[in-house]
Amino acid sequence: MGDARTGTPTTSDGAGHATTGDPTGTDRRRGAAERLAKGLGWFSVGLGIPQVLAPGRMNRLIGVDDSRQNRAVMRAMGVRELASAPGILDRPRPAGFVFARVAGDALDLAVLGAALRARGSVRARVAAAMAAVAGVTVLDVIASAKTSRSADPTTGGGAVRAQGAITVNRPPDEVYRFWRDVENLPRFMAHLESVHGQGDVRSHWVARAPAGGTVEWDAEVVEDVPGSLVAWRSLDGAEVPNSGTVRLAPAPGRGATEVRVDLEYRPPLGAVGAAAARLFGEDPAQQIKDDLRRFKQVVETGQVVRSDGSPDGTRTQRQLHQREARPLA
Amino acid sequence: MKANCWMGVHRVDVRDVPDPKILNDGDAIVRVTSTAICGSDLHLFDGYIPTMEKGDVLGHEFMGEVVEVGKGVTKLRVGDRVVVPFPIACGSCLSCDRQLYSLCENSNPNAGMAEKAWGSSAAGIFGYSHMAGGYAGGQAEYVRVPFADVGPIVIEDDSLSDEQVLFLSDIFPTGYMGAELCEIQPGDTVAVWGAGPVGQFAAASAALLGAGQVVVIDRFPYRLRMAAEHAGAQTLNYEEVDVREALRDLTAGRGPDACIDAVGMESHHGSGPIHAYDKVKQSLRMETERAHALRQAIISCRNGGTVSIMGVYGGMVDKFPLGSLMNRSLTVKTGQCHVQRYLRPLLERIRSGEIDPTFVITHRMSLSDAPHGYDIFKRKQDDCMKVVLTT
Repeated sequence: MGDARTGTPTTSDGAGHATTGDPTGTDRRRGAAERLAKGLGWFSVGLGIPQVLAPGRMNRLIGVDDSRQNRAVMRAMGVRELASAPGILDRPRPAGFVFARVAGDALDLAVLGAALRARGSVRARVAAAMAAVAGVTVLDVIASAKTSRSADPTTGGGAVRAQGAITVNRPPDEVYRFWRDVENLPRFMAHLESVHGQGDVRSHWVARAPAGGTVEWDAEVVEDVPGSLVAWRSLDGAEVPNSGTVRLAPAPGRGATEVRVDLEYRPPLGAVGAAAARLFGEDPAQQIKDDLRRFKQVVETGQVVRSDGSPDGTRTQRQLHQREARPLA
Repeated sequence: MKANCWMGVHRVDVRDVPDPKILNDGDAIVRVTSTAICGSDLHLFDGYIPTMEKGDVLGHEFMGEVVEVGKGVTKLRVGDRVVVPFPIACGSCLSCDRQLYSLCENSNPNAGMAEKAWGSSAAGIFGYSHMAGGYAGGQAEYVRVPFADVGPIVIEDDSLSDEQVLFLSDIFPTGYMGAELCEIQPGDTVAVWGAGPVGQFAAASAALLGAGQVVVIDRFPYRLRMAAEHAGAQTLNYEEVDVREALRDLTAGRGPDACIDAVGMESHHGSGPIHAYDKVKQSLRMETERAHALRQAIISCRNGGTVSIMGVYGGMVDKFPLGSLMNRSLTVKTGQCHVQRYLRPLLERIRSGEIDPTFVITHRMSLSDAPHGYDIFKRKQDDCMKVVLTT
């Protein structure tokens, strides 16, 4: 796989990405399904090449009449077989292409069924070929079900994980102090309405929900390394269980800091809720990127930077619906 | 207040819009006294810069009087007379620390848009599309200036007229930076493509910085005449001579030590069919730039020389002579001007009389005549070189 969670982009302009799912068990299941899919992809290559290059020999092998017409059909089947391979082998999530293989199997079986009744066929060989295709069809169906299930966010624990990174022109100690004061977070996290500290470890958070209304929870700091790390987690009973970590490291030279944030939350109704949130334009990777850009603005310049076209400051949703660049009424 | 608004391709209109307000603590509101139309405004006018919205206030060359300051402003005071640089810079990020002001990391709230087009974003710019921040521009009676302590330079010397200092906002520093990037050695030959306002200042600056020979290439005799008079340049009309041959002649076969592109994305080609080919591709958005001048600048440059790109480009270009660039060890230097860096030294050159930037001004009119100004500047009618608008 290695698509979503490896590596953290580190441009100074910020970067973010998100994944849905349970980071351990789902990965393993998806890995097995994808190994099967890849095996089938290579099988397509192995079958397709002789079909295209030596259709006559293949015709004789499966017991059909080696006519010109049948060679053309065999070649066409070979092309179809080869066409499905790159889609499976190239892609981290080949679900759609594996499903295309199932459709191809059905076609193969139909053609072989016709051959079984045709004159000039060696029935026993055609029947053996059909049995072989049927066996492959079973594997294709299994692989297609598994890969599509693993691509579907509704299974896999329903946790949404988002990561982002940015470089800010302030020393790690200062960035740490700013982040450790949780009451600062709503200044740049667009979804937070307020965070109130209750002592040094606990805090009360109020966030805006995608469909309107608010969600509230209590959280506690679970790890705290001055100058380099803060981790927090919602307490039991939170409607939207969530946790987060911010890691700080000195940026090369000049007293700047590399900030890496990792957030995880379980939306209500699991991944269905996450999908619903997307319908409201909520994209966790984009959100974290926007939030980090605002964070940088606040830490470096003291405020979120506003323009006439984006009076609320950096917000990707706003970028799609700019007001004109003329003063606000 | 009145403001000149972009209303679509080839349409600008002076309209009544709300007065600007302070949005950030570091803002100032400036009452504009003089503003100018820039060659790069024509790229907006012609519709080649994406992410413009109908109603956007144009203008990034302006100066005036501070009439209000946000509570975070410490250096500017109400009543100060200021020239405002076109790139908006926060003064606090790593890029600003490095004096790369046009790459400010905080001044573009719409950085995400620019990232889609360019990979990373650059600074916000007044009145120059939403991917450059969505800031209302200065072709207006009033303008909001963010980070007022960082950008604007106060002009304390009242003996200097608006016209003498207005071009510190863009074209003088832009032309100067174009020449500075060439790292001119005494006696060098510097060729400048484009005898518009930026080309004029690039040529004049190359002479100031010690070039032995400055050559300016254009097709409008009135523009070439100006370059000859004010920068002491040799001139080449590309409709009359073979530019590469002529440049070789002038340098005994070497080619210019440095070549400055002061033309940008809407360049014109001497050959009708070639010009038409690129224009069609650009109109169909199959390429965003017509880069004839840049292509010729690269091909003409001497082995190991420098190509300085100051003309504005927005996206992708076809038929880029990369082989010439690579095999002949050319150096390309470019960037939107880091204006804030040049304000003081260039103001000093104006005050000392080394240069009088007013020589480019050909037309003066009221802000309400801005649409006419765009029209004649675009068509190069009436020998139009630079239009200054006053309120």
